[in-house]
Amino acid sequence: MEEPFVKTDIRKEENIVYKRTNLLVDRPLSYCPGCGHGVVHRMLMETLEEMGLQDKTIGVSPVGCSVLAYDFMNIDMLGAAHGRAPALATAIKRMWPNRFVFTYQGDGDLAAIGTAETIHACNRGENFVIIFINNGIYGMTGGQMAPTTLPNMRSSTSPYGRDVSIMGHPLKMTELVAQLPGTYYVTRQAVHTPSHVRKTKKALRKAFENQKNNTGISFVEVVSNCNSGWKMTPVQSNKWMEENMFPFYPLGDIKVDGKLVEQKEAVTKE
Amino acid sequence: MAKVKGDIEINVERCKGCEVCIASCPFTVIAMTKEVNGKGYHYAIKVNDDCTGCMNCAIVCPDGVITVYRAKVTAE
Ligand SMILES: Cc1ncc(C[n+]2csc(CCOP(=O)(O)OP(=O)(O)O)c2C)c(N)n1
Ligand code: SF4
Ligand code: SF4
Ligand code: SF4
Ligand SMILES: [Mg+2]
Repeated sequence: MEEPFVKTDIRKEENIVYKRTNLLVDRPLSYCPGCGHGVVHRMLMETLEEMGLQDKTIGVSPVGCSVLAYDFMNIDMLGAAHGRAPALATAIKRMWPNRFVFTYQGDGDLAAIGTAETIHACNRGENFVIIFINNGIYGMTGGQMAPTTLPNMRSSTSPYGRDVSIMGHPLKMTELVAQLPGTYYVTRQAVHTPSHVRKTKKALRKAFENQKNNTGISFVEVVSNCNSGWKMTPVQSNKWMEENMFPFYPLGDIKVDGKLVEQKEAVTKE
Repeated sequence: MAKVKGDIEINVERCKGCEVCIASCPFTVIAMTKEVNGKGYHYAIKVNDDCTGCMNCAIVCPDGVITVYRAKVTAE
């Protein structure tokens, strides 16, 4: 595999400005090509590396495509039963108050089977970080409709599109938990372009900084593609996400330092 | 005059050919090969010497397979 353009004079150890963090285990990720899970994993590990928290953090992985997160993140981790990550994280943080604790959950995990655990952990104001990867679908099990599936969106269990009169409305968990007094920082981000990735990393940093002061839950949603489940190429899926997911799930901070941010009216596509 | 030059190194065996890096590059440095790697994916390669080391491609790559170099070079 010969590369036509190799600049050997610059390609030296001392000139490296970016490389994959060592907090990610050196093995291939299990995710589909172009899936946002990989980017969020890397930003999370970079954040912990920069804060010097590798040996002070305990993560909780979910059930969903990121069920194997503990195989990729080189930190202490526990795997929770489906949807129960916030309950497990509550126990961990209460037993180990000096550890930094986070959950990493998909929308099926956090907004369907785990709705109760999510809402009550947020309402109790537990002191950990919730990272919520919303791809509007059950990715792992074959693209079934989730509570987060958009109106009219096709999935393997709504092949003609989600008819909200029969199948109910999508659930905006992030806006919902922002209303609870136990959440301190609530934001919605994305990772499909470099500038969005940089913003997500800043949000993660803020979330873990908050945990130093025991201020309550920091909740970081990342709207992400599930290109396999959506039956698109990665590049198409990112475009579709911008055109369809972002109007319904607008990006930006929803609650900062315990105060709700003035909300722009979300435009719902009908 | 000193000028900033960049370079990228792609771990082609770990590349999954998603093409997300291509649009992120301001200087169209990256394109996909016709050949496939050991996993059967077309992979990303450098196709010109215009890289400035801005890191966009590396930051957005879902599999984190791009290493970025940057250095000041003196133009001849
Ligand atoms: C108790 C239980 N019920 C159902 C399942 C099947 N199941 C596995 S993953 C999943 C949904 C995953 O979707 P999501 O949380 O959105 O993660 P994604 O794969 O999209 O990242 C379901 C329903 C299970 N493993 N355990
Ligand atoms: S099925 Fe969807 S969420 Fe799961 S790895 Fe593939 S693209 Fe990502
Ligand atoms: S570092 Fe920047 S200029 Fe260089 S290839 Fe990547 S995106 Fe293009
Ligand atoms: S973003 Fe990464 S995995 Fe995708 S084509 Fe580019 S180098 Fe390969
Ligand atoms: Mg999902």
